[in-house]
Amino acid sequence: MSFGGRLSVVLGLFIVAAGFAVWGVVGFLLPQPPTVDFTSAQPAGAPVNLTVQTVGSIGNGYGNHPTWVSYLVKNPQGQWIHSTIWKVPAHTRINLTVEQFDSGSPLRNQQWGRVQGTIGNVMTLNGKPISVYNSNTGNGVGHTFSIPTLGISVPLVGVNPNANNICSQAPCSSPSSVVNIIRTSFVTSGPGNYPWQCFVPCGLGFLFGNGGPMSTVGYMGGFLDVEA
Amino acid sequence: MWRMVAIWAILSVVLDPLFYFLVGPHIPPGDMTSAAVSNQFDFNVLFLIALPVLLAVWVYLAYSIIMWRASRKGVPEPVGGTEARGHLGVQVGWIVTSTVIVLGLFVFGIVELITTAGSGGGEGPNPIWTPTSATILPVQVIAQQWKFTYRYPTFGGFESQQLVLPNDTAIAFHVTSLDVIHDFWAYQLSIKADANPQLDNVAYTTTRQTGSVTVRCDELCGLWHGAMFNYGKVVSKTAFNIWAKATEKATAANTKDLPPFAYTYVPDANGSDGGYYPDNVDPYSHSEVYGATPAKS
Repeated sequence: MSFGGRLSVVLGLFIVAAGFAVWGVVGFLLPQPPTVDFTSAQPAGAPVNLTVQTVGSIGNGYGNHPTWVSYLVKNPQGQWIHSTIWKVPAHTRINLTVEQFDSGSPLRNQQWGRVQGTIGNVMTLNGKPISVYNSNTGNGVGHTFSIPTLGISVPLVGVNPNANNICSQAPCSSPSSVVNIIRTSFVTSGPGNYPWQCFVPCGLGFLFGNGGPMSTVGYMGGFLDVEA
Repeated sequence: MWRMVAIWAILSVVLDPLFYFLVGPHIPPGDMTSAAVSNQFDFNVLFLIALPVLLAVWVYLAYSIIMWRASRKGVPEPVGGTEARGHLGVQVGWIVTSTVIVLGLFVFGIVELITTAGSGGGEGPNPIWTPTSATILPVQVIAQQWKFTYRYPTFGGFESQQLVLPNDTAIAFHVTSLDVIHDFWAYQLSIKADANPQLDNVAYTTTRQTGSVTVRCDELCGLWHGAMFNYGKVVSKTAFNIWAKATEKATAANTKDLPPFAYTYVPDANGSDGGYYPDNVDPYSHSEVYGATPAKS
């Protein structure tokens, strides 16, 4: 083969390899859920009301994994959005309300049964203040809302799995579905992109329960995008 | 040849001490613990030995380029002739020197491992090298996707997200995992030990200064591996005792719900009876079922 021919083969292979690399990177970066912006919803310095819900199955209306467990967030316009990337202002009180529609189990580590990093290290469960929930009792803990780098963790107590009105897929609503309402508040730190996650290995069908929705942004983990 | 050797010897004699005294004290991981001091010393020794070897190569290269360049008059033909033959002295010298260095460092490394009680590395569940200190504070490191937590068995077994250590104290880190393999890397402490499920990996060090510590997971462990870090601190013994007792008291309500302290936690043990896994969960199964705790038989 001539020099020109060999050069063409090498260049061709290089272009194919580069194409695969670009395709892989773009494919990894593109499917990010939308960012839900809470920074302009209220006057500067005013508390942000952040309402989310956890559902056992996201259902057919939200993408390619209808059986996956997931969070949804209510945007400032009051619509339920399938996203776990939330933009909030820095050094601001966040009033978090979680509508927990999923059932629970004992925690793999009961450490996450303790409310940590919130104002007063306390939350309310259906109006009753608690600071520690023993996940080995009652309906256990379905999920946690945890921002590990900020030391924040809140156990989301599970609903009765035997209830006849347990929500099967999102978006869920009460009182038609059994729900636990968890409320707590925390103050955001300085600007940054803080990953948040669930400490309950709730990825059914995946090794250790930590694959699938536990390892995909948009389901059981995301980012708290704290803006100045 | 002797001109080359002279240049190499002068450079080595000058640069080695310069490195040791000017750069050496700043070589990672610093001197916060006995393991850190030991590792810093080890890195410096390795560099002191490596630098003359590096200089030998560079001096030979530079000498060849300058003195034996083709445009220089009187330079013999590089291929063929007597100049192309091997030099027995150089060959023997190179082999002997390399052998002495490698075997010497082998012995040095073993001695350093023994005298520093493992040099900050995980020694497994039955360490053969242990500190000589009469009292050793045990601290359990529990890795889980994706956070390290710490249990203090001598303070009621409370568990905390914070790593706080007393100064001037021998510490035994008992590193384990509740799920996949992680790696506990406390950089300034010069502690690095794999966190394996069902295994108590023990690493020792003795704190020498107060200050902050960066802890990172050093084993690719999933989506939030990059966020699996936290900052700890080494404080005075008095401050540590105050913190430990206050934390023990503040977390008492949760500590009673934790499984009893153990060096490992059996994955399929009963949630409230001594393990970290729910009754109805097989962590090695691909079809885990979560739900209410089944009634115990």
